[in-house]
Amino acid sequence: MTIEELNKIKLQNYERVNQNEDRKTTRIVIGMATCGISAGAGPVYEAIVDEVSKLGLKNVVVCKTGCIGICRLEPIVEVIRPGEEKITYVKMTPYKGRRIVASHILADKPIEDFKIHVVKGKILNDFTLINE
Amino acid sequence: MEFFRSQVLVCGGVGCTNPESQNLYNIFKAEIKKNNLEHEIEVLKTGCLGLCELGAVVIIYPEGTVYEKVNKSDVAEIVKEHFINENIVTRLQYKLQQGDGRVNNLGNLELFKKQIRIALRNCGIIDPENINEYIARDGYFALAKVLNDYKPIDVINIIKDAGLRGRGGGGFPTGKKWEFAAVQNNPQKYIICNADEGDPGAFMDRSVLEGDPHAVIEAMAIGGYAIGANKGFIYVRAEYPLAVERLGIAISQAYADGLLGEDILGTGFKFDIELRLGAGAFVCGEETALMQSIEGKRGMPMPKPPFPAVSGLWGKPTVINNVETYANICPIILKGAKWFKSIGTAKSPGTKVFALGGKITNTGLVEIPMGTTLQEIIYDIGGGIPNGKEFKAVQTGGPSGGCIPKEHIDTPIEYDTLIALGSMMGSGGMIVLDEDNCMVDVARFFLDFTKDESCGKCTPCRIGTKRLLEILERITTGRGEDGDIEKLTSLGNGIKKVALCGLGQTAPNPILSTLKYFRNEYEAHIYDKKCPAKACRALFKYVISKDKCKGCGLCERNCIVGAISGKIGEVHFIDSEKCVRCGLCTQVCRFRAITKE
Repeated sequence: MTIEELNKIKLQNYERVNQNEDRKTTRIVIGMATCGISAGAGPVYEAIVDEVSKLGLKNVVVCKTGCIGICRLEPIVEVIRPGEEKITYVKMTPYKGRRIVASHILADKPIEDFKIHVVKGKILNDFTLINE
Repeated sequence: MEFFRSQVLVCGGVGCTNPESQNLYNIFKAEIKKNNLEHEIEVLKTGCLGLCELGAVVIIYPEGTVYEKVNKSDVAEIVKEHFINENIVTRLQYKLQQGDGRVNNLGNLELFKKQIRIALRNCGIIDPENINEYIARDGYFALAKVLNDYKPIDVINIIKDAGLRGRGGGGFPTGKKWEFAAVQNNPQKYIICNADEGDPGAFMDRSVLEGDPHAVIEAMAIGGYAIGANKGFIYVRAEYPLAVERLGIAISQAYADGLLGEDILGTGFKFDIELRLGAGAFVCGEETALMQSIEGKRGMPMPKPPFPAVSGLWGKPTVINNVETYANICPIILKGAKWFKSIGTAKSPGTKVFALGGKITNTGLVEIPMGTTLQEIIYDIGGGIPNGKEFKAVQTGGPSGGCIPKEHIDTPIEYDTLIALGSMMGSGGMIVLDEDNCMVDVARFFLDFTKDESCGKCTPCRIGTKRLLEILERITTGRGEDGDIEKLTSLGNGIKKVALCGLGQTAPNPILSTLKYFRNEYEAHIYDKKCPAKACRALFKYVISKDKCKGCGLCERNCIVGAISGKIGEVHFIDSEKCVRCGLCTQVCRFRAITKE
């Protein structure tokens, strides 16, 4: 490889990893480091890939990524779409993954309920249940 | 599976300030049932939500409505208005303030705003199994720049200039290390990546390898060019199967693209990387032991000098750096030493990745500029201590480090300030301890670890750690004697001075630092036979309060050893002889009648 070829690869793939609103395609990333996988990211990834192909969505890149940095909210899914701010969905399940593809990607409606919920600086999504 | 249209979260935190919160869950449940909504609305009792000042808190999803200071008498109104008439009870609704509500992405959270991501720049963004995504984020451009524009000495000067210090814990300047190896006149040199991350609770290196393996590969090639090595080894532990898999994929992709191997980028530079899997011995994180292990020998440390830069792997000059150190190299090459020095402090430029764990709300990986105070990490980024408990100390540096108490929470984090406090940076594990942690027990835990992991080559470490542990075990089981503290101090200081390698030299740190700051806890164990934190099982007992016990018999039925007796309707009694201190009774008691004494 030469530097020119390296530059070419960079230009060709820049769009894939573009984190800004000016990107042309939709990118869905699933946090799949050890922490994400142990929290159940594997089935979430498969559900999202399956739903995207079932709905026949074009211009959608689904990929695995490393640690996003906040273990307590894993599995984490991030969606970047052209002209939109990046959306982080937390505490995902395969069911929620399918809902996101259908609602956010297909019908342009982000799902508020799966986003991070903050009150007084506290993140409430990962509440623990007490059995009675 | 039932689907509910709404979920009611009732905070059941035990530290709640509102006494009415006790039975709120049951009252909600009954009220929902009374209105025939039990198949539509799910009532959940949660652990402390951390909103104690709003207690008792009730949150209704999916709307995310927060009701504060809810009393028993309010339940009927909330159920009727919210679920039947579909109106929000504004009287009880918590008024949203700035920053409250739904957050679009992690970058908008306060805890991410204080972070600067250099080593983790690509983690969570790129697909680690796709080299093209790495290249699209300027990957391998640092290598291209180095090979085309710089002489090896220029590269070393840039790294020296940037002031990058080893992120594995020691903090030795990386540029200097490279220089020592570069000046050796030897046709065969090696470069090693130390990915044998063994501290309990630390996972920074794993995250880098799993999220951005090419960053390490590229930086090793740069290091190889700088010191004149054309062979590299990544020593990674076999307990990280995903990291091993992704590194393997990354290396083969780099070879396929001509970014490793012969004639890299057409410059004639040759560099090979091999993976070596460690079997998980902690001592193999020590550089000389690690090299023995790569050579196929038993992982045992060698005396220094000679340092690896002079005589390392197979007797050849070798540079060995930590994963995170390598992860910092490419941005320094691309953006310059000046940029790197503008982050962090004068003596410790750049950032450090920490794995936050223990009694902290936001566990996870954080990358912060050097010089950030512990206070900021624990409260602003870590979100404070959960369940309304009080902060006691923070343990940094794993088994080689020490505990930093509350008094020093304003300390800016740097290599030198932490050493001055009797701890060390270590590889970046940060375990937060609260009032329920007994410091003697914490020291005992780490000594138990180092005793197991001692390779046995030198006597001070092999026998000394065992003796230290025996004394600590005596103390925590109530058999401590006058003079134990002095014995711990002299033995600990002795081991520090004479042990062969870093493992032994730092093994007494957990004891010495807790003795320095928490001597009173040791004294309470030894002389009063009491554990102030009530964590050492031999030194406390469970008792049932006469005033609070209603005689329901729930604890008696749940006790696994039959230590609880009493008639229904009368105050129960725990037989301390039989009790094994499992604490199950305190969890099942609905009246909080059972306490430690």
